[in-house]
Amino acid sequence: MIHVIGYSGSLILKLIQYLGEIGLLFARTIYLALIPPFKVNRLLTQAKRVGPGSFFIAALIAFFVGMIIAVQMAYQMVKLSAEIYIPNVVSVSLTRELAPVLTALIVAGRIGAGITAEIGSMAVTEQVDALKAFAVNPVKFLVVPRFLALVVMLPLLTIFADIIGIVGGYVICVYKLLISPELYFNMVAEALTAKDILTGLFKTIFFGAIIALVGCHQGLNVKGGAEGVGQSTTRSVVISFILIIMTNALFTTLFYFIFRM
Amino acid sequence: MIVISNLYKSFEGKIILNDLNLTVKKGETTVIIGRSGAGKSVLLKTIVGLIRPDSGSIKINGKEVTDLSEKEYDKVRMEIGMVFQGGALFDSMTVAENVAFVLNEFMDLDSRTVNDKVEDALAMVGLKGIEHLNPSHLSGGMKKRVSLARVLCMEPQIILYDEPTSEVDPITADAINHLIVDLRNKLKVTSIVVTHDMSLAFQVADSIAMFYHGQVIAQGPPREIRTTTHPVVKQFIYGKSQGPITDNENLIFGHVK
Ligand SMILES: Nc1ncnc2c1ncn2[C@@H]1O[C@H](COP(=O)(O)OP(=O)(O)OP(=O)(O)O)[C@@H](O)[C@H]1O
Ligand SMILES: [Mg+2]
Repeated sequence: MIHVIGYSGSLILKLIQYLGEIGLLFARTIYLALIPPFKVNRLLTQAKRVGPGSFFIAALIAFFVGMIIAVQMAYQMVKLSAEIYIPNVVSVSLTRELAPVLTALIVAGRIGAGITAEIGSMAVTEQVDALKAFAVNPVKFLVVPRFLALVVMLPLLTIFADIIGIVGGYVICVYKLLISPELYFNMVAEALTAKDILTGLFKTIFFGAIIALVGCHQGLNVKGGAEGVGQSTTRSVVISFILIIMTNALFTTLFYFIFRM
Repeated sequence: MIVISNLYKSFEGKIILNDLNLTVKKGETTVIIGRSGAGKSVLLKTIVGLIRPDSGSIKINGKEVTDLSEKEYDKVRMEIGMVFQGGALFDSMTVAENVAFVLNEFMDLDSRTVNDKVEDALAMVGLKGIEHLNPSHLSGGMKKRVSLARVLCMEPQIILYDEPTSEVDPITADAINHLIVDLRNKLKVTSIVVTHDMSLAFQVADSIAMFYHGQVIAQGPPREIRTTTHPVVKQFIYGKSQGPITDNENLIFGHVK
């Protein structure tokens, strides 16, 4: 029992310390993002890396998730003869929760891991040292463009996932449950409010920040050679996942209980 | 001019720099020799502030640097070029972008001027027509030379070379020797050259410093070092496996730990 308490105590301390480090990196990133020189090219390069590939996967997943929600709801709603409300459930749960979180998790796996691997191998081959030796701040050079790219791209990807997910629901509702297309879109339009979409998108700004900061932090702190890069990459994905899910829970409760949104 | 005094640095209880003193005069080339793992690279990194010493003083052109903030240190770093042991080329960039790194980062030059400067710097290290290649496509020796070209492009007052000839053929090595001498004679560059290559050491040095157990145990002009009676230095420069360095091996390792 004592062991368990001791162990969880040290785990919590580690978590607090880690969040402190991430917070510090966040503060430095924001500060350095605001002072010149501004290199737009570097930002675009990073945005492009997040870009097309993630759009495709996010769309694919959102499409199937939209379908699955519709099918799952149908299973219950048919009993109540309430199939007509399926479009509401699909659109609201997608825009508020599923599209933001799933898109963030996909991007954490795809891009977060890539960021850690790239920066990590730069660190072990002394490229990060070389940046410093040339009087270039590694946070400004490496972290800022990745941070900005993710903070901008993740909401965009999520908007896209929202739309595709609703199309996924459409396929089931229209072709399987025989709801007419006009009715489907009418129900979606009636159910969805701006705040559903916006709370969903608002969260993704933070998810993007988490992915970039955790990815870069793990990369910059790689110890050892190729093995260290591998370990850090795994850790980067795991930590991003946990923080995304935790942040999401926090925001959902905040929005619902405090702001009644 | 670089004056290092009473410098200490240890990693996880292992002492690497142990009361190190070294003076590098302005416009001169000092060669540092010493065994593998002795801490020569650590010393160079400490001078550019990548590693902060535990205690001691480093004065660069009269300015104490050990307690500078990163931002203040950056001003000092603008005058120092470091050729890393492994090259440390940025592998997300082409050779040309690597060589032009400092120009692109800090100067607002048009692309013609940048290209010319890159071509000149590469020519100085005997390379041409590789501007568009990626560092991963270069041989070890080519990386080293591109790394040197990258430093030349920034026209520093001080250059720190970490084994500039370790991966190149003897002919190229000789060309690099001449380049180091030229930089000193024509541009009055102050240099520290870390090397295992004794012919390089004797050719380019104004002063040779022998690094042993975290200290500089002997320093002097090449003539003096060549004819030294110091048993440790003698064993090292003539590359003998028997002698005081290796006799004490077990004792020393026990002591350092
Ligand atoms: N960041 C670090 N953390 C812990 N130990 C380190 C670190 N950097 C260097 N060392 C240790 O310091 C010692 C000296 O390393 P250094 O790279 O300076 O040797 P060197 O004299 O340059 O050798 P070589 O001629 O082989 O390049 C080594 O034992 C190394 O393990
Ligand atoms: Mg070394």
